Amino acid sequence: MRRLTLRTVALGYLALILLGPLSIVFWRAFEKGFGPAWSAVTNPEAMHAFKLTLEITAIAVPANTIFGVLCALLIVRHPFPGKGLLNALVDLPLALSPIVVGFALFLLYGRTGWFGSWLSAHGIHVLFAMPSMILATAFVSIPFVVREVVPVLREIGTDQEQAAETLGASQWQVFRRVTFPAIRWAVAYGVVLTTARSLGEYGAVSVVSGRLAGQTETATLYVSDRYENFDIVGAYAASVVLALMAIAVLITMNLLRPKEGVH
Amino acid sequence: MRRVSPFGGLTLGVVVTYLSLVVALPLTALIWQSTKGGKTGFWESLTSPEAIAALKLTLGASLVVALINAITGTIIAWVLVRDEFPGKGVVNALIDLPFALPTIVAGLTMLALYGPRSPVGIDVAYTRTAIVLALLFVTLPFVVRTVQPVLQELDRELEEAAESLGASNWQTFSRVVFPNLLPGILSGVALAFAKAIGEFGSIVIITGNIPFKTEVSSVYIFGQIESGNTSGAAAASVVLLTISFGVLLLIGALRRWATRHHA
Repeated sequence: MRRLTLRTVALGYLALILLGPLSIVFWRAFEKGFGPAWSAVTNPEAMHAFKLTLEITAIAVPANTIFGVLCALLIVRHPFPGKGLLNALVDLPLALSPIVVGFALFLLYGRTGWFGSWLSAHGIHVLFAMPSMILATAFVSIPFVVREVVPVLREIGTDQEQAAETLGASQWQVFRRVTFPAIRWAVAYGVVLTTARSLGEYGAVSVVSGRLAGQTETATLYVSDRYENFDIVGAYAASVVLALMAIAVLITMNLLRPKEGVH
Repeated sequence: MRRVSPFGGLTLGVVVTYLSLVVALPLTALIWQSTKGGKTGFWESLTSPEAIAALKLTLGASLVVALINAITGTIIAWVLVRDEFPGKGVVNALIDLPFALPTIVAGLTMLALYGPRSPVGIDVAYTRTAIVLALLFVTLPFVVRTVQPVLQELDRELEEAAESLGASNWQTFSRVVFPNLLPGILSGVALAFAKAIGEFGSIVIITGNIPFKTEVSSVYIFGQIESGNTSGAAAASVVLLTISFGVLLLIGALRRWATRHHA
């Protein structure tokens, strides 16, 4: 039966590529019992890494959300020269290697970089410190809010906004009462995607952070640090925490998805 | 002139400034760095045997992965739209897991099942097969998510008409369904290819990064940065940047083609 064959192929592939590997991670993390796994994610170094990841996300996500909404308004509602370039730059992080992103920031803020000598003369640390890690995270997660909001803005058109304006509403009132309620689920969905991408960033951050344990080490860097130091339980335990976060993201995505037919 | 946003002309200023600071400026620094050594310097860094081998491997592996995705992604999308089975909702939600899961965790995940301590006795660690497996994991969502909405919208009456006119299953698929899916499949494949070209986190652990054997371009660039060869890293980065831009242009063209196809 054709239907059954296709189902078997699809589910078999998913089991081999996705579910199989993922379930082994959980098993590996708790191989030596719950205790070692627990202490691997609650020791000061791990706690600091998770805290740093959350702090970076807490800055990059709101910044990209405000940018994303404004950028979407600009793309949909305002013709201007260079729009094609703007679109291309916003999409680029979807296709560009995070290593290249990190390296570009490294060149800009490093000792010999354009801003490097001025910054170090003024005692401002960007590279191997929080600012460059925030910039790297913001770079890689820039497209998501824009890409979710643009199609919705296109679809709702401007009739209602014009009506509100005719009735004497100010520009801010129109945005708050008409435009924003129409795009809020798309914004929310975009925020979830941005958050997921920010929490998981590894390549760009590993170039710009200097990977100093307990200082500039994020959760993903902690995972690779543990692995490189042959602390397999530690690496897998921290992975489990990140995987649980990813599953929380998936659940949120699915709660948001049916609303207004986003995707 | 049409109202742009509640923030008026400020919007353009904010969007352009933010995008310049986060995306455009670092990329300009990168391109500038690559031209520093002159044409010959750039060319020498570009054509060093290790860089060429890494690029060839990256392109080859990404191509293989994109093609596998074209087939498996279409089958999975088909099963998720046309088939009914218990747990379908969960399977559908899991498709996005590779997006939500940090890439370094994805790498450890593949290593746990297909590495030296594999519980199923398959050990592909430090081989090119490992690269393909890791890339298949991280690129899973793209084709599924571009084909799925097209299949959902596809008018089933067309297929029923074809069948009632005596077309076989295969004829109905190849003559009726496939032409409609093609633009979606191609943009999904292009996105998967772009993602695969730049992938770092999931590959860096499982392949061992042996030059000329399992070293892909992003890992090569990382190595060059670590060893202080800035011009080598810059040349290879510019190559990846160019490929990313090219793929994005291609996806843009595909989208326009799909819209015209639809109209």
